[in-house]
Amino acid sequence: MAEIIGIWVAAFLTLCIFSFLYKDNPLYKFAEHLYVGSSAAYMLVYFYFFNIKPMLIDKFIAETGLARWILIIPTFLGVIMLLRIHPKIGWISRWSIAFTMGIGAGIGIVAGIHGYILPQTKATFLPLFIKGDLIQSANNIILVVGVLTTFLFFYFSKEHKGLLKPPVKIGMAFIMVSFGASFGYTVMARLSLLIGRIYFLLHNWLHLI
Amino acid sequence: MLKKIANIDRRIIFIVIVLCIIIPFLTKTVLEIRVSAPVKSAYKALEKLESGSCVLFSVDYDPASQPELQPMLIAVLRHAFKKNLKVIMMCHWPLGFPLGQDALMVTAKEYDKKYGQDYVNLGYRPGMSAIMLGIGREIRDFFASDYAGTPVDSLDIMKGVHNYGDITLLIGFEAGATGDYWVRLAGAQFGQKITLGCTAVCAPDCYPYLQAKQIEGLIGGLKGAAEYEKLVECPGAGIIGMTAQSAGHIAIIIFIILGNLSYFILKKREKE
Amino acid sequence: MRREVPLAITFITGFLLIIGFFIPHDPIGGLQSMFLQWYAIIAGFTMVLGLMTLTRIHTRRIVKRTQGFGYSVILIGAMLGTLVVGFYSGIKYKGLFELGTPFMWYYNNILVPLSATMFSLLAFFIASAAYRAFRARTIEATLLLIAGVLVMIGRVPVGNLIWNKLPIIAEWIMNIPQLAAKRGILIGVALGMIATSLRIILGIERTYLK
Repeated sequence: MAEIIGIWVAAFLTLCIFSFLYKDNPLYKFAEHLYVGSSAAYMLVYFYFFNIKPMLIDKFIAETGLARWILIIPTFLGVIMLLRIHPKIGWISRWSIAFTMGIGAGIGIVAGIHGYILPQTKATFLPLFIKGDLIQSANNIILVVGVLTTFLFFYFSKEHKGLLKPPVKIGMAFIMVSFGASFGYTVMARLSLLIGRIYFLLHNWLHLI
Repeated sequence: MLKKIANIDRRIIFIVIVLCIIIPFLTKTVLEIRVSAPVKSAYKALEKLESGSCVLFSVDYDPASQPELQPMLIAVLRHAFKKNLKVIMMCHWPLGFPLGQDALMVTAKEYDKKYGQDYVNLGYRPGMSAIMLGIGREIRDFFASDYAGTPVDSLDIMKGVHNYGDITLLIGFEAGATGDYWVRLAGAQFGQKITLGCTAVCAPDCYPYLQAKQIEGLIGGLKGAAEYEKLVECPGAGIIGMTAQSAGHIAIIIFIILGNLSYFILKKREKE
Repeated sequence: MRREVPLAITFITGFLLIIGFFIPHDPIGGLQSMFLQWYAIIAGFTMVLGLMTLTRIHTRRIVKRTQGFGYSVILIGAMLGTLVVGFYSGIKYKGLFELGTPFMWYYNNILVPLSATMFSLLAFFIASAAYRAFRARTIEATLLLIAGVLVMIGRVPVGNLIWNKLPIIAEWIMNIPQLAAKRGILIGVALGMIATSLRIILGIERTYLK
């Protein structure tokens, strides 16, 4: 019974959202606010069961000595983060923001150099002529030219004139092809989402397929 | 007439799109799927693993990407269970955790797998990049217990699993930039072998990783899911949805052609 | 105190994290691991901060009876409902997400349809936009259009039926020119990320302190 009610509720909410396609209306607004409220509270439930409980309460019980009491520091930093909404003492939340910014920046540097720039640059050093394989050679040349000219397109320290103009134009062409491909994939993704919802309505709700 | 076509009511376009999806479903047409090289590589990366190897599944999406990634997750889970691999699941997107749990429960039941012995769900923790780095040292620092609060040390599957060194393959199901972090942190810093399954929106960004061999394989969008379903011979939502997907694409291409035709003809007439 | 302490915290944490990659052994490695665990804990609190802000805005709307305050009532009601169902399920059952818990029911039948349908609307808007705005006005726009159409048709099974070379062309676009441009762009992004991160660690970039 709960399952059948659930499917009808889900179908009703699906149609509420789809009603926006005709025009903005109270049913859509109802569903929209229900969505925002539910997902926000959902986060709070998670916060307790997947953060506070396992990483603070359970650890505090399990650990002894310094390992136990040191947990006060992240708790303190977390709590002061919440003071951000207070106009007078909100400044103290900067401490915890500073902590997260420091970690984020540190990770950013390492992930950027070691995780992206070095391996990606290395992978661009391709042989431009492979004996007996003209197609692969052509592909490698296109790839290397594409990377270099695209990179040059984002070089803004010098105006794109004179010698710089032709490679920048080529770079622009590569970027356009890339955006076109991304557009094609985006269409694919959005349609897949719609397919999922329509499949739900036809299969789970109406039992037509 | 041309002006009418150029200024067509958007609701007519909407109806056409809906019909393009509904009709293939009702006619139950199924099209032949051609498997692409990136999906084949992803399949091979899992296929070559020895029975009993640990595979980490990272569920990094939420209901907004469910139609694309859920069929993919189910197909890969079926492959892993068929191969008798140990499945460890975790999640970095809070709203996605139940999707992973649902897929895990359903597929484990199909292959008669036991929780704690053949598979485990560690649940969700906030701070994804920190977790990815932290696992390089000890997974228990972040996941001392599973999603239900059971200590991981009491689970057979987790015995001897401490860091990336004990995980043979990581498969990330990605709807955003989490996959990039897996590659840049777990892959680059700890040498973890990674396969990515991602939404079609994210897939183009992952091709550089594939060419640079930073990932083993790439499953992109619902089409990728359909290809994987074909490889594991378990048809599911991916294959079922492909005809509707094709019809939708054709409709949008026709819209683009019509839009351009009317635009250029009207422009020519204006000049004249 | 208000500026110096945060700047020092950012410098120490950022610097330690970088050093930790070169010296993974204790005490540096241990300290780095501890900081990462703290980060995960603090990141959780940001979710609460978002919830507090949202509650404050909508409670104000209800108290002041501003136009459309009824929707704020729905929002706050949904919030409270989710919390009650969530904590009830978490305490009564072994796990929050055992199949059959009220929280899982709520998730599957309320959150999933709302979230998935909301994003599926984009399919309609992208179709409408393709019809109205996707014009081959310039050479660049034509390139974009051709690449988009080829990928769209080549990546679905019907493309293979129309002409069996279409999937190969689509795959070539993805593997060569698309990849080249993406790599060029993303290397630039990574360089920008490194520069910004350095500025943050060294205290040059301070906008986050405002």
